Amino acid sequence: MNYETVIGLEVHSELATASKAFCSCENKFGGEPNTHCCPVCSGMPGVLPVLNKKVVEFCIKAGLATNCSITRYGKQDRKNYFYPDLPKAYQISQYDLPICHSGYIDIKMDGYTRRVRITRIHIEEDAGKLVHSEFGSSTLVDYNRCGVPLIEIVTEPDIRSSAEAYVFLETLRNILMYIEVSDCKMQEGSLRCDVNLSVRPEGSAEYGTRCEMKNVNSFSAAVRAMDYERVRQIELLSSGEEVSQETRRWDDEKGMSALMRTKEDAQDYRYFPDPDLCAIVIDDEWVESIRSTLPELPEQKKERYMGELSLSEYDAEFICAKKALAALFDDARAAGASAKAAANWIMSDISKILNDSETEPEDSPFGGKELAELISLIDKGTISGSIAKKVLKKMFDNPQKSPAQIVEESGMVQISDEGAIREIVLKVLNDNPKSVEDYKNGKKAAMGFLVGQTMRALRGQGNPQLINKLLSEELDK
Amino acid sequence: MELYKLTAHEAVQMMNNREFSSKELTQSVLARISAVEDKVGAYISVTEDEALAVAQSADEKIARGEKLAGIEGVPIAIKDNMCTKNMLTTCASKMLSNFVPPYDATAVLKVKKGGGVIVGKANMDEFAMGSTTEHSYFKKTANPYDTTRVPGGSSGGSAAAVAADEAILALGSDTGGSIRQPAALCGVVGMKPTYGLVSRYGLVAFASSLDQIGPVAKDVRDCAQLLNTIVGHDDKDSTSLLYPERDYTGALTGDIRGLKLGLPKEYFGEGVDKAVSEAVKRAAAKYEQLGACVEECSLEKTQYALAAYYIISSAEASSNLARYDGIKYGYRAERFDNLIDLYTKTRSEGFGDEVKRRIMIGTYALSSGYYDAYYKKALEVRTLVKRDFDAAFEKYDALLTPVSPTAAWQIGSMEQDPMRMYMADVCTVSLNIAGLPGIALPCGQDADKMPIGMQLIGKAFGEETILRAAYAFEQETDFCKMRPAL
Repeated sequence: MNYETVIGLEVHSELATASKAFCSCENKFGGEPNTHCCPVCSGMPGVLPVLNKKVVEFCIKAGLATNCSITRYGKQDRKNYFYPDLPKAYQISQYDLPICHSGYIDIKMDGYTRRVRITRIHIEEDAGKLVHSEFGSSTLVDYNRCGVPLIEIVTEPDIRSSAEAYVFLETLRNILMYIEVSDCKMQEGSLRCDVNLSVRPEGSAEYGTRCEMKNVNSFSAAVRAMDYERVRQIELLSSGEEVSQETRRWDDEKGMSALMRTKEDAQDYRYFPDPDLCAIVIDDEWVESIRSTLPELPEQKKERYMGELSLSEYDAEFICAKKALAALFDDARAAGASAKAAANWIMSDISKILNDSETEPEDSPFGGKELAELISLIDKGTISGSIAKKVLKKMFDNPQKSPAQIVEESGMVQISDEGAIREIVLKVLNDNPKSVEDYKNGKKAAMGFLVGQTMRALRGQGNPQLINKLLSEELDK
Repeated sequence: MELYKLTAHEAVQMMNNREFSSKELTQSVLARISAVEDKVGAYISVTEDEALAVAQSADEKIARGEKLAGIEGVPIAIKDNMCTKNMLTTCASKMLSNFVPPYDATAVLKVKKGGGVIVGKANMDEFAMGSTTEHSYFKKTANPYDTTRVPGGSSGGSAAAVAADEAILALGSDTGGSIRQPAALCGVVGMKPTYGLVSRYGLVAFASSLDQIGPVAKDVRDCAQLLNTIVGHDDKDSTSLLYPERDYTGALTGDIRGLKLGLPKEYFGEGVDKAVSEAVKRAAAKYEQLGACVEECSLEKTQYALAAYYIISSAEASSNLARYDGIKYGYRAERFDNLIDLYTKTRSEGFGDEVKRRIMIGTYALSSGYYDAYYKKALEVRTLVKRDFDAAFEKYDALLTPVSPTAAWQIGSMEQDPMRMYMADVCTVSLNIAGLPGIALPCGQDADKMPIGMQLIGKAFGEETILRAAYAFEQETDFCKMRPAL
């Protein structure tokens, strides 16, 4: 029997607000343990939370960018459970009146588009972190992350494969980065996801029993966890057993998941409205003012690149798929580079160097202004395209230097002096009588060899058009 | 002269006249504490050194030729559930028996800024749960009128301290009557302001939607003065309301002609002692004499308020008290095998029986499957109780009721019967449910010479009206001048 996979995701994204959700502590990753906390976020007796308005604003922004409806009346609820990283023993979250609901994201797969509906986006606070002590067997708690604002984005079970899930996560991440509500750094835990997966016989209208997977720490781990879970469930069903509703913990190193708790042990979180906080009342004016600050989203940008700038769909999609690449492109254009040249550089050499060095585009050491400068050096004939590739490499290693500086300091300026090149050309012809003879006998390929020799004698800095021209002139004499 | 017997307004005036210093006044109160504290047990901690330092700065002000105002230079007790920076704050619990907060509650900060001389932290029922101050981890507080009887609670320490002249003023907190009931049982004045008028920041939460800090004082003027000191919007408390600050002593005109006063009959029904209802009815007659219109009225939904109160307050408490888990501060069990064991032992050993009872009631009421039947239903009742009051306040400026169905009872007499103790809150909890202000003041004595109190209920932000009515009554009667013979 063929089985269809059904996936729903719960994505947590830390918001990049300046301060935490309910106190004025700085919202910043890292730092010495327990240096970014105060009586409020560390849950001391008698203290009270006061909601940071920016948290609501960022959540509304995320909702608008994912086609959600924005509630006009929301509230915050307590999710009660005991754990040492949760100093109040409850998390402030939203239960039945989330800020955003009923949205969707369209994801582009090979040959089709899938619409993934967003059930809801709500705000909540992060917990602290347990650290195992270097001294003996004790466990220590770092409250720095307590009270960091999160949004939880919950999808409908509309995803049909791990590949779709991967693209969904990439697309969502890109949107969140475009609207600048989160820096989405997986390695810092600012984007995390839980996966709900079930399988059903192909063609069946009913959903199968789902399992939830926790501790999925990267998109690729999510794919591995989903593939594992799909196989596990299919094997169970094929051997006549049932899938039981449970929560499983993914162990990426072992490449397998283990049972965390069954439905019967599901915790009762005793949600109730937090009496320390007021209702969140949102009016049309606020929503519209937030809407007006939304930047151009990836899909809109892509359309514009294809229309106004005549980029191919492939190129436009490639550049828009990462906010930082699109910014590099826009900035290079603003600094005078042509769309075609900027796109070519970004799609080929820049992406290659980024990939090879495992650098995220947002961590690129130079920006669009520098790229435009590099392109203009080629256009002016100061350097050749091949030298430009070398300059680009040096731009990655010497971010403090401009392309022109690099060219000047390393003597990479293109030699376009006709007299100097002709001198070398004559020498090369003199040194390679065999090739000259071959050429004259009709072996046009010998030309390539002679160009190479000339360029080598010029240490790669000769103007290639000029070398070609002068060689032809001399040979055809 | 026995300076400790003075009211705050008397003392401030006399200090401004240089009849004595704040230091002398403070020393007098501290000496009084030494003399009677063995019998009363109003304090968990006495902060003599800090108090004398604050008194000193009031005296320096006088020496510079400036005048004291408000509560400046006046000894005040703070209920031990309000955080005091660098000063033990226990909530009368073993759980917080070692807790020294690094911050002040906003109300405490306002007392400090107002120059109040904090002399100590007052005893209370553990985490403010109880109506007798018997449920303290440290000690039982006695009623200064008869030390075999309870002072009421949970702010029993605050009320007993003021009644016994161990403090001139006190701050209490009121979740279901915890200021008004002990004030009534100890023969002093106590007020629960409108919910949101005084910041709750730094008040160790019992039930967040009901808790409110308020003054305990020897007379209505002092009560208004202390209210002046502690009110005001606080950015640190989302439930603190933006309400223009004002001088509440301005309401103390003595003139209540035309005041419309309702007597809700449900508050005089079964279970209310005859001595109590008669004393309050005599007060009503007095009001008529003074030119008020007094009329019997009805608040039908009041009968459901007590049940709703115990569900809502216990539900919120079960969550508010979850943070006392032995991880970060407070008591931790000495021996444990694993995390769950650490939680279980810490909380079993750290909380008293009454607190555990409320945590269990509240946890049950919020549990999946019971939420709708209990918590949600209680919230619906809350709305009905509010509407009941709203309707009454369309006709009346204030309502007059008893505070406690009886005068103070014997220590230990309700220990085995928590339901009876809960029933004693029947006249007070409806105000917390509705967020309304109420003031308790003495209006009589029972056959055993124990004080009887009455309660004036105002509409939201109607503090001035009930203060005016309370003051007018006080000026015409001698009940506020009664003092226990200790």
